[in-house]
Amino acid sequence: MVLMRGLRLLLLVVGLLSATAAHALTAVQARAIADGDTDARVVALSDAAAAGEPGLAMFMQALLNDAVKLTPTQVLVVQGDKAADAASGAPATLPSDAEDVVNNNRMRGALQATLASLRLLSPERSVRAAAIDELGKQATDEAQLPLIEKAWASESDATLKAQLGRMRAGVLVASSDPAKRLNAAQALGDSGEPTVKALLLERLAEGVESDADVRAALRQSLDKVSRRLVWGERLGVVFTGISLGSILLLVALGLAITYGLMGVINMAHGELMMIGAYATYVVQNLFRAHAPGAFDYYLWAAVPASFIVAALVGAVLERSVIRWLYGRPLETLLATWGISLVLMQSVRSLFGAQNVPVENPAWLSGGVAVMSNLTLPFNRIAIIAFALLVLAGVALLIARTRLGLFVRSVTQNRRMAACVGVNTARIDTYAFSLGAGIAGLAGCALSQVGNVGPDLGQSYIVDSFMVVVLGGVGQLAGTVFAGLGLGVLNKVLEGWAGAVLAKIMVLVFIVVFIQKRPQGLFAMKGRSAEA
Amino acid sequence: MKRDRMPEAPVPLDIQRAQDPASMLQAASRPRLLTPAGWGGVLLALAIVAIGVPLANLLAPVDSVFHLSDYAVGLTGKIMCYAICALAIDLIWGYTGILSLGHGLFFALGGYAMGMYLMRQIGRDGNYASELPDFMVFLDWKALPWHWAGSGSFVFQMLMVLLVPGLLALVFGFFAFRSRIKGVYFSIITQALTFAAMLLFFRNETGFGGNNGFTDFKRILGMPIATPSTRMLLFVLTGCVLIGFFLMARAIVTSKFGRVLQAIRDAESRVMFTGYDPLAYKLAIWTLSAVMCGVAGALYVPQVGIINPSEMSPAASIEMAIWAAVGGRATLIGPIVGAFFVNGAKSWFTQVVPEFWLYFLGALFIAVTLFLPNGLVGLAAQLRRKKKGADE
Repeated sequence: MVLMRGLRLLLLVVGLLSATAAHALTAVQARAIADGDTDARVVALSDAAAAGEPGLAMFMQALLNDAVKLTPTQVLVVQGDKAADAASGAPATLPSDAEDVVNNNRMRGALQATLASLRLLSPERSVRAAAIDELGKQATDEAQLPLIEKAWASESDATLKAQLGRMRAGVLVASSDPAKRLNAAQALGDSGEPTVKALLLERLAEGVESDADVRAALRQSLDKVSRRLVWGERLGVVFTGISLGSILLLVALGLAITYGLMGVINMAHGELMMIGAYATYVVQNLFRAHAPGAFDYYLWAAVPASFIVAALVGAVLERSVIRWLYGRPLETLLATWGISLVLMQSVRSLFGAQNVPVENPAWLSGGVAVMSNLTLPFNRIAIIAFALLVLAGVALLIARTRLGLFVRSVTQNRRMAACVGVNTARIDTYAFSLGAGIAGLAGCALSQVGNVGPDLGQSYIVDSFMVVVLGGVGQLAGTVFAGLGLGVLNKVLEGWAGAVLAKIMVLVFIVVFIQKRPQGLFAMKGRSAEA
Repeated sequence: MKRDRMPEAPVPLDIQRAQDPASMLQAASRPRLLTPAGWGGVLLALAIVAIGVPLANLLAPVDSVFHLSDYAVGLTGKIMCYAICALAIDLIWGYTGILSLGHGLFFALGGYAMGMYLMRQIGRDGNYASELPDFMVFLDWKALPWHWAGSGSFVFQMLMVLLVPGLLALVFGFFAFRSRIKGVYFSIITQALTFAAMLLFFRNETGFGGNNGFTDFKRILGMPIATPSTRMLLFVLTGCVLIGFFLMARAIVTSKFGRVLQAIRDAESRVMFTGYDPLAYKLAIWTLSAVMCGVAGALYVPQVGIINPSEMSPAASIEMAIWAAVGGRATLIGPIVGAFFVNGAKSWFTQVVPEFWLYFLGALFIAVTLFLPNGLVGLAAQLRRKKKGADE
């Protein structure tokens, strides 16, 4: 967006310079472009552009800015309260009866496309590249063809020339001449761009292309392009699946501790995530206000902050409510649902009901382009890495530390643990806070890829419980496999059946799966399983 | 947990005999359906619903103290539908120990079945003056989809009100109970079920009006739907259904069937070891409970005038559970009291201090589970006992 605005400004300056240099646009041409029916105007525009009239760029920009007015004798460009003749550039008085030039969407599109195509001839490579990009996003038609061909013929840079060639083929494939269409259809087969595939599919749609030969050529080219793209697409699905899976994993890790190890159904888990996300938001604002220079590093402070805030809230909840409900899972479920309502409303009262903006630091925006149709965003990669780190941390904590030992002992046999001197009440608080803190970390991660609002937790709670149920209780490994598996499964089905149906299919799959294996993927073995 | 074990609790030594319906009826010293005072209460409630309210609303002059506003009638009618749901939840949760977080789905399905009929009753009076419901015209559909085939017939749709929730519950319950999904697992799975259904109904392609659901109803059985007399008719009908369901629930829980249900709640393994198959019992009460919710939904839609997928949101179903919990589980009057208390509070809060409603509801969830395991009815009984103790 910023880039576009900058370019437009640059263009305006170039336009102004050229306008003062020479005014080769004639009054007749200016009137033909500004007045009359849209078809005729578009033709006049492409004629003028093909002739390379120097004043045209500025005039078109004025048209796009709605700064052109018509009098019966003159076409005037208005700037502030001054007016100038569009052709000669001579100052003129603006009569009160001057009419505004109205541009409909088609005319606007033609103006924008022509402006972009004019820039295709710029001596700067970067300007040309940007113009090609911009032109590629708009619907180009035969009106721009002369300019594109001119640019294509004179282009010296190989990459840009190839891009222009594809664009030319894209215009030609919609040409009215079947021979041109056939050539273009064959030429498009050399591409490996996803946009070309979309274009080919569009041309192959029912009733668009009537000529059988052209259709066959189109289909052949489509096969070629698809073959080139298929790996990128597959990897893309797997990547988004893993990315979703890693988010689910983060969300479910906290639950694996509170539910899996402690047997506490925590419906407020999503709200603890929300608290983590809001903690990130607050840290971000503090950095922006007090240390704008270090803004890019705010996440380093936000990660521990979100953990600590959520863990503290968790500790308070455990001490005040959940402690009294151990062994009554259904009651715990209802009470924690109540807690979630209170937390949500508190956040609404404090921060407002609207979503709050959390910005990515500079080093997390953008991505690495692996293939023409596969770009891996840095924030997604970071979340996958972060999820793995948290997972490793939790696994180490449970398996290798004294706290982990106590948590496992209390889980396995509370009374025996108490007998040998474990303060079980305190361990409960620690374990619950740990689960809550991990939820906070998940919230911090989510703030980097999604919206942060009071409802943030609600959308994940069903998913995360599904992960825990599928994975089986009391097992971290189950949570990992279930989280990643559900993520990938969801995305694969999404590509095949659409987002909503995919979600429904996954839910149905889980329900059926639970039929066969009520204990989840990784069941606890032995006597503790029936507890 | 307190377990009321009756001294004459049936111990079926002979399984064959236990499953013989005739001997089930003969179960020793069956408690009365209601005490005389209870019958008095039921008759009083019936009189208020069927005579008192219509008189107060339709005949009493507006400035009289006895006048009942249309708003109050509408609100009470709506809450009575909720009370049916709470009663249904109580049967399955309070008496059988299975917490469902998906009853909102059955409620909404009943509502949608009714809504389909009401949509067809609009006829050509919709915005597009078409035979098809407005949203179908909007989606550029040319004919009714297959699942709307019977929607023109009142009898057929009323059958659907019973069958759709019932069949869904039967199938889902069969698979769930057969693989012995219990406790929290079952709750979460039911929640996932209603969540999936909500996503499905949000889609336009499903043919149920997408986000907006059904609204703008004009008439029911040829009668205009918004007139005071039609509304009163619906109100009285809802009240009678509520009282009828209450008596039915009472009959169930005092029967041997009901006693087995409570035994399943308290010790399912023991019930199995004594030769009963809990599957059939659980499935029967689960399906019945779903059908009750469907009926409540069908009564709710014409009174409120709208049905949309938000009724299937997990939050709506959890709220139903809290109605039963607030009033008092494993009592039958409790859920009705709870539905009135919570929804009365909701309409007061959302009018006066809307931002505090969620605080109140949340606090209610926590307070009831922590301090009032037997709900308001239990609290009242406790206070009465205390008073009696002080008197003696």
